[in-house]
Amino acid sequence: MFSILRSILTVFMTMFRKRITVQYPEERSTLAPRWRGRIILSRDPDGRERCVACHLCAVACPVDCISLQATEDQMGRRYPEFFRINFSRCIFCGYCEEACPTCAIQLTPDFEMGEYLRTNLVYEKEDLLISGPGKYPGYNYYREAGLEIGGKAKGEGSQDEPPVDVKSLLP
Amino acid sequence: MSNSLTHILVSFAVLFTLLAVGGMLIWLERRLLALWQDRYGPNRVGPFGLLQVVADMIKVLFKEDWVPPFANKPVFIMAPAIIVTVTLMSFAVVPFAPGIQVVELNMGLLFFLAMSSLGVYSVVLAGWASGSKYSILGGLRSSAQMLSYEAFMGLSLMGVVMLAGSFDLNRIIEAQRDGWFIRYQFVGFMLFLIAGTAETNRLPFDLPEAESELVAGFHSEYSGLKFGLFFVGEYLGITLISSLITVLFFGGWLGPWLPPLVWFTLKTFFFICLFILLRASLPRPRYDQLMSFGWKVCLPLAVGNLLLTGAWILMKG
Repeated sequence: MFSILRSILTVFMTMFRKRITVQYPEERSTLAPRWRGRIILSRDPDGRERCVACHLCAVACPVDCISLQATEDQMGRRYPEFFRINFSRCIFCGYCEEACPTCAIQLTPDFEMGEYLRTNLVYEKEDLLISGPGKYPGYNYYREAGLEIGGKAKGEGSQDEPPVDVKSLLP
Repeated sequence: MSNSLTHILVSFAVLFTLLAVGGMLIWLERRLLALWQDRYGPNRVGPFGLLQVVADMIKVLFKEDWVPPFANKPVFIMAPAIIVTVTLMSFAVVPFAPGIQVVELNMGLLFFLAMSSLGVYSVVLAGWASGSKYSILGGLRSSAQMLSYEAFMGLSLMGVVMLAGSFDLNRIIEAQRDGWFIRYQFVGFMLFLIAGTAETNRLPFDLPEAESELVAGFHSEYSGLKFGLFFVGEYLGITLISSLITVLFFGGWLGPWLPPLVWFTLKTFFFICLFILLRASLPRPRYDQLMSFGWKVCLPLAVGNLLLTGAWILMKG
């Protein structure tokens, strides 16, 4: 009996508490920088695509929403011929970002992707590419790695050591 | 001539006000429940979300009105009409203010009790005619619950009748000029509140409906306007019980300064909010608990209250 009255009173007193609802379109809650939202493809500091079309993101994707086709330019630099993410399938798990060796694919704090047509949720490369480096400023895969491309020989990468002549016995 | 014209006007005004109030209560309940759960509730359609009612009504009207093939068609269609009709009929005897009353019956209270008993048929018939297990379970529960709570509902009001010496609701109000009956009839008030909650199938006594166990109980199979009628009937029921609590225990339209109709509305509004607060805070009892509470606690209390009131009246001479 007492507990019934007390629960009525408790519920009544919640009237004077602040409401926790965020009135969404007018006010917005702050999203964390690591929030997993709309996927983008970033560029390196030189303004070129970071993606090397290694397909690791497509392999990591549990719902198979990423499809791409690799190709190479004259300098021997790999890039995706097309890069397509079907956001009507994407579950925003972030595995693609974890899998990416070149920090190209990134998830951003944005979720407002509503569309009236399902086909509009299929984003092509030009929809995904942004002009900046995203979360990793200054990182340039081709500058750091040892891969030989036009204008950079083996061993010239910043994380790379000069190649060793395996046929020589000298230290 | 002009007298009967006023009478007709009053009747229609009462009818339309009640139906509008029945609709608005849907909005009020949603907003109040939201307030007590730290949310906002419907606040987008129109100012403060007031036009949500209109949106809800449009939705209800345009839903497919479907009668299941396994249902007993005539009874299925009749059931939702009964509850609204019967509740509106009960309002005929409620005095909203001096002169604003549809019929001045000298047996007003009895008429109300009779009509609220008829309301059980709506729920029972709906449950039976739907021809599904959940509905029949809801119907069975409601028949047992409403009949057992009916018993002490009548008895809990007899104290008021003895004090006022009349079944006429106007005379009951007049008898409260020196003080509201809640002073002498607190037990009667509590019992009537409980019985009224059970009669209108409101939480915590919503066992016939019991969303979490029986889908929607007696109205599982209903859709469209028929479901809407059950919905409005429930809110009309709350309004009816609240206004009767006001009339019987809280002096009806009596009150200083403000016009009688305003007093009546304020008091009724308070009890409607109380009903919603009860819904927001109390859990639903188990079925056997409900029955034993009704028969073993409330009925003896009502009889005891009746005896004490009678003894007190005899002692005063």
